[in-house]
Amino acid sequence: EWGHTRTFNTIDWVREKSKDRDRHREIANKSRQSTVALLHSVSDAFSGWLLMLLVGLMSGALAGGIDIAAHWLTDMKEGLCLVGFWFNHEHCCWTSNETTFQERDRCPQWQSWAEIMTGTSEVLWLRGGALAYFVNYLMFLVWALLFALLAVTLVRAFAPYACGSGIPEIKTILSGFIIRGYLGKWTLIIKTITLVLAVSSGLSLGKEGPLVHVACCCANILCHLFTKYRKNEAKRREVLSAAAAVGVSVAFGAPIGGVLFSLEEVSYYFPLKTLWRSFFAALVAAFTLRSINPFGNSRLVLFYVEFHAPWHLVELGPFILLGIFGGLWGALFIRANIAWCRIRKSTRLGHYPVTEVLVVTALTGMLAYPNSYTRMGGAELISELFNDCSLLDSSQLCGYKQSNSTSGAGVGNGLADRPAGVGLYAALWQLALALVFKMMITVITFGMKVPSGLFIPSMAVGAIAGRLLGVGMEQLAYYNHDSAIFRGWCSPGADCITPGLYAMVGAAACLGGVTRMTVSLVVIMFELTGGLEYIVPLMAATMTSKWVADAFGREGIYEAHIRLNGYPFLEPKEEFQHSSLTADVMRPRRSDPPLAVLTQEGMTVEEVEALVESTHYSGFPVVVSQDSHRLVGFVLRRDLLISIDNARKRQEGVVGASQVVFTEHSPAPADDAPPPLRLRGIVDLSPFTVTDHTPMDITVDIFRKLGLRQCLVTHNGKLLGIITKKDILKHMANDCQQRPRLHPLQL
Amino acid sequence: MKSVFLLEAFSVACFVLLNQVTAKNSEDIRCKCICPPYRDIEGQIYKQNVSLKDCNCLHVVEPMPVDGKDVEAYCLRCECKFEERSSATIKVTIIMYLSILGLLLLYMVYLTLLEPMLKRRLFGHSQLIQSDDDVGQPFANAHNVLSHSHSRPNMLNKVEHAQQRWRRQVQEQRKSVFDRHVVLS
Repeated sequence: EWGHTRTFNTIDWVREKSKDRDRHREIANKSRQSTVALLHSVSDAFSGWLLMLLVGLMSGALAGGIDIAAHWLTDMKEGLCLVGFWFNHEHCCWTSNETTFQERDRCPQWQSWAEIMTGTSEVLWLRGGALAYFVNYLMFLVWALLFALLAVTLVRAFAPYACGSGIPEIKTILSGFIIRGYLGKWTLIIKTITLVLAVSSGLSLGKEGPLVHVACCCANILCHLFTKYRKNEAKRREVLSAAAAVGVSVAFGAPIGGVLFSLEEVSYYFPLKTLWRSFFAALVAAFTLRSINPFGNSRLVLFYVEFHAPWHLVELGPFILLGIFGGLWGALFIRANIAWCRIRKSTRLGHYPVTEVLVVTALTGMLAYPNSYTRMGGAELISELFNDCSLLDSSQLCGYKQSNSTSGAGVGNGLADRPAGVGLYAALWQLALALVFKMMITVITFGMKVPSGLFIPSMAVGAIAGRLLGVGMEQLAYYNHDSAIFRGWCSPGADCITPGLYAMVGAAACLGGVTRMTVSLVVIMFELTGGLEYIVPLMAATMTSKWVADAFGREGIYEAHIRLNGYPFLEPKEEFQHSSLTADVMRPRRSDPPLAVLTQEGMTVEEVEALVESTHYSGFPVVVSQDSHRLVGFVLRRDLLISIDNARKRQEGVVGASQVVFTEHSPAPADDAPPPLRLRGIVDLSPFTVTDHTPMDITVDIFRKLGLRQCLVTHNGKLLGIITKKDILKHMANDCQQRPRLHPLQL
Repeated sequence: MKSVFLLEAFSVACFVLLNQVTAKNSEDIRCKCICPPYRDIEGQIYKQNVSLKDCNCLHVVEPMPVDGKDVEAYCLRCECKFEERSSATIKVTIIMYLSILGLLLLYMVYLTLLEPMLKRRLFGHSQLIQSDDDVGQPFANAHNVLSHSHSRPNMLNKVEHAQQRWRRQVQEQRKSVFDRHVVLS
C-alpha cells in the first residue's frame, strides 16, 4: 500500500476549476439584477488583488523582521553592544567616531565577550590576547550550540513540518496534492522564529528556501479571509504560486527573478493571470521590505554590486571554466547530499535528530572560527567576494602592493591591475581552505531538522572559486602582459580583470548546477547587479553548468529530494523507458476483485452503504446495469455518504430498503415500497475516459495536462476499469530502471 | 478565526506604515565619508549627523588634514554617502522577537513538564495510561484528558478541545517526520 495515502490527498483540478467557473457565472448573472449584487461582483473581482496586496505586506514585514533579528543574533555570538543590547555590531558603531580606516568595525561601544568577561582583548596580543582568543572561541561555540538547540527543540515540540527547506514539499502541493498542516499558522510562527536561530548559529545554510515557505504560509492563512479562495483548492494554488514569487523576491530583492523562479521551479500550472498578480505581490513585498529598511541604507540585499567594469571576449574562457566547475559541483553535491539523507532516513542516525544538529553545529563552529572567511556569515562572505577593490577598501582581500604613482587612478571604482601583496596571498590560502570546508559541510547540513536553505551556501562556494580564479587571471595578466592573449586589451596600467565579476559568475554557475535554474537565475543575478553588461558571461556560465550537471543526472536538488521522499509528484518531463498500454496499468488487475460499481437503479440504500463501507475507494463508477457495463457517470465517495446521511435525517420515508436511483425519470414505486432516493444530482455525468489500448504515454499526458485525479477505462464502449494518479506514479516508479532506490515496502 | 486573521493582517500593515510616519531620531541619520590614503596622510573615516544637502566632503571632513590647494584633490578621492536607519524599528523588532521566543519556550516547558504534573495531581495516577513510546514526549496525555472535560463550562471546554486536537496533529506530524521519515527526509 502506498505509504502516504494518509498524508497526501489529490485534488481534482477539473472539478475545482468548473466549480469556480459556475460560481463566477452566477455572480455575473446576478449582478445585473440589483446594485448590491453589482457591488458584490466588483468586490469579488477585486478580492484577488486585495489578497495579493496583503500577502505582499505580510511577507515583506516578516522578511524584514527576520533579517533584522538574524543580523542581531549572529553578532550576539561575538559580543554585546553596551549602549543598547538590541543593536548589532554595525549599528552599535554607527555614530561612533573611533572607527578607523583599517579597523572599520572597532569602537568602544561594542565589546567582545572576552572584553566583557575577562577584560582582555585580542588586539593586545601580549597582554592576555591568547586568553581573549580562547574565551571568544568558547563563547562563539556556546552561543552557536544554544541557538541550534533552541531551534531544533522548538521545531520538534511545536511544528515538525517547519524543518528543511520547504521547496520540494511546496512543489508537491502546487502540483495538486494536499499536505495537511504544512502551511498552517504554527508552522509559520515556528519557521520564522527558528529560521533566525538556525541562521545565527553559524551553520552553513541560507534563508531563501525557508522564506518561500514562510510566504506560502502567509498566503495560505490569508486565503481564509476570502471565500473565493478558501473553498477552492485550484484558486488557492494560484495564490500559492504568487507567494513563492514573493518569497524569492524578498530574499534577493529581485521581483522579476522571483516571478520567473516561481514559474520555472515551483509551479506546476501557471496561467498568465498569475504572472501579473505574482509580479504585483512581489513588488509590494519588495517595497515593504525597503521601507522597513533592514540594512540601514535603503538597499534590499546585502550583496548589491555597483561596479560596471567592462569584460573582454577572451574572458569567456575562464567563465566557461567556472560553468564547468559549477556543473561538476552541482552533480557531486546532489549525489552526496541524497546519499547522506538516505543514510539519515534508514539507519539509526535518524533517531537522534537533536544530537545530530548539535554535533554538526559544534563541528561547523570549531572548524569555522579560526578562518575569518568562514566565521563571517554566508551573505557577508558573498558580498565581500563580489566587491571590486578600490582605493577605499582596506580589507585583506584587497591587499595589493601599492603602486608608486598616485596619479588620478583613484577616481571612480576601477584601479589598475596590481601585483598581489602579502595580505592578498594570506587571503587566498584562507579562501582555498574555506572552499574545501564549505563544500563538505553543506552536504551534511542541508536536510537537517532545522529550517535550512541552499542558495547562500552554493553561491558562497561558487563565489570563492570564482574569486580565486579571478585573482589568478589578474596576476596572470599583470605578469604576462606581453603575451599574445593579453596584449591586445590588457596593457599595463589598465583595469582589465575584475575578480568581483568572476566571483559573481562563479556563484551563478554553482547555484545553477545545484538547482538547475536557468532564466530565473540569470535574471536574479542581473537584478542584483543592476547592469546589463554581465548578462552574456552569466548566461554562458549558467548554460555550461546546466549541460555539465545534466550529463551526470537529470534532476535538480529539489526533484531529487522529492524522489527520495517518495512524494506523489508527477514530473512534467518524465518519459517511459518501455511502452505499455493503459490496460496493463489500470485496476482491477487480473488477480484483483472485480470493479466495484453502482448501477443506475436497482440498488438499495443498504447495499450502497455496504459497498462503500467495504472498500476504501474514493469514488465509484455508475453503470446501466450489472450485465452491460455501459457507463453513466462517476460519483465520489464523500458526496455519496453525505447525501445518504442527509437523506436519512431530513427526507421522510428513506430507510435501508429504499431504492437508490441515479436516472432522471424513475418508475413509480409500488404502493408499499418506501420512497426512492434520487441522487442524480451528485453524479458527474461527464467523466473522462480512455480506451484500454491507449498508450500509457498519452494517458500520462492527459493526466498531466488536465490535472485529473482518476480516469475510467473503456473497451468497445463498455466500462473495463479505472486508472488513478497513484497507479500512474507506481507504474512510473516501477518502470524506470534508474530508480532502484524505491524501497519495496513503498510499493 | 476570521477576525483574528484580519486583525493580524491589519496590525502588520499598520506597523509598516507607522515606521514611515514616526518622527526620526536625529541620531538616525548620518553622512559617512571614506577618504583613502593621500601622500603621507593615512586613510580616515568621517561621520557627522548632517542632512542630505550638506553631505559632501567640505562639510563633513573636519578638521581638513590638507591645506588650501590640496583640498580639492583630496576631496575628489573621498566618497561620501548619506545613510539613515530607524533605531526604533530595530528596537521594537528585537524586543518582539525575544518576547515571542520567550513565550514559546515557556509554553514548551509548561507542556512538557508542568502540565503532566498538574494533571496527575488533579486526576490521580490510576487514570493516566501512557503508552511506552509516549513517555517523555510533549503532549503525551492528549487522548486522556478529553474524557475528563465534561464537567467544565463551555468556553474552557472548547479551548481544551481545540488544544487537544492541535496536540494530536503535532504528534502525527512528529511521527511522520521524525519517526517514520516519510516527509522531509
